[in-house]
Amino acid sequence: MNRRGFLKLSVKGLAGIALAKGLDEIVRPQEGLAAAKPVRWVFLVDTYKCIGCGFCVKACKLENGIPYEANVSRTWVERYVITKDGQVFADTPKAARDGFTTTRIDLGMGKYREIKKEEIGKAFFVPKICNQCDKPPCVQVCPVGATYQTADGVSLVDRKWCIGCGYCIMACPYGMRFFHPVYQVAEKCNFCYHRITKGINPACVLACPMSARRIGNIKNPEDPVAKVIMTQRVEVHKPEYGTNPQVYFIGLSEEVR
Amino acid sequence: MHVLRPLYVVLALVVVILIARTFVVPKDFGIHERGYMYSWYRKASEEDWKNFKVKYQGRDYCKDCHGEQVQQLRTSPHAIIECENCHGPVIDHPSDPQKLPIDQGRELCLRCHTYLPYPTSKRVEIRGINPDAHNPDLECVGCHDAHRASKPK
Repeated sequence: MNRRGFLKLSVKGLAGIALAKGLDEIVRPQEGLAAAKPVRWVFLVDTYKCIGCGFCVKACKLENGIPYEANVSRTWVERYVITKDGQVFADTPKAARDGFTTTRIDLGMGKYREIKKEEIGKAFFVPKICNQCDKPPCVQVCPVGATYQTADGVSLVDRKWCIGCGYCIMACPYGMRFFHPVYQVAEKCNFCYHRITKGINPACVLACPMSARRIGNIKNPEDPVAKVIMTQRVEVHKPEYGTNPQVYFIGLSEEVR
Repeated sequence: MHVLRPLYVVLALVVVILIARTFVVPKDFGIHERGYMYSWYRKASEEDWKNFKVKYQGRDYCKDCHGEQVQQLRTSPHAIIECENCHGPVIDHPSDPQKLPIDQGRELCLRCHTYLPYPTSKRVEIRGINPDAHNPDLECVGCHDAHRASKPK
């Protein structure tokens, strides 16, 4: 074989290999996508289904080691009762840890209000949880880099790095953050990051008997929660803040704050 | 030039701080996937959270030893309720804790079965009682079997 022949053969051979490799990518693109497996955790709350049992709050506190008797919680359930003459009553006694076992509304400062069945125009429960915003203001304000957003969209707090200045607690428009009474650092819902990264549901989702709380991956078009968010009418809390929250609600009402 | 001496002190301080910083700040602290604004942090912290202890195990964990009870619950209207909602988190039971508490208080049942006349909520569809009028001094489990969700024995 002369030099010309050898070079021709080499070029042909290389082109063949490159083409075969390229075809593999072109013909089966879904495999290339699956290998990357993009994840963005989102949450879906159906307020029609919520019955206010508070098992989610109980499970969250016990799972995540939030002192049970302290009046702080990563998640809570709000009750809204709107009377026929337009008055709005809302309460969440003990973050609804023990559910709602009375028709009396807790007005705070030891005052209660009984609302008769005939007076009620509409009444419902709204579970609240960290919105895991796409543009989290709580993360931006941290002066030491102790709170951050992971690649899969969850905002976490580094307990070893947090200095407890409280800026993030002030910055959250949803009031989701609080001081952990034991660790003395900022604390928040993290969608049970230790569970979802193992492929199991967050404790509140597991505990909910009505499937009012669901978690999903918005980047997976086959995900049942992603399908609901993409095809049905859903709302987020306080979109006017520009935080791009990622907890979607079915059946929100303007009275919900 | 004695007027420059404070400047030397400041420069020396800056150098000392910069050197100290390389020892104090962990190697994995820096800018990650979401950029400086949202992910300037210590990467190992993610692992710290991933290694957090799972406490709620779900009913599949229970059925290996308590199959009879799980099966009974499955065929009742209470099938939608997780074992751990009433019995507490499993953690590493039966090694830790060796026994799970059995909560037989009224308050547990009343979470769902206090009658609340709330339209636009599923709560109104659940059979409920007025806790002040319905045998206020008795425990529910005296008459009702929670695993069967049956009418009184």
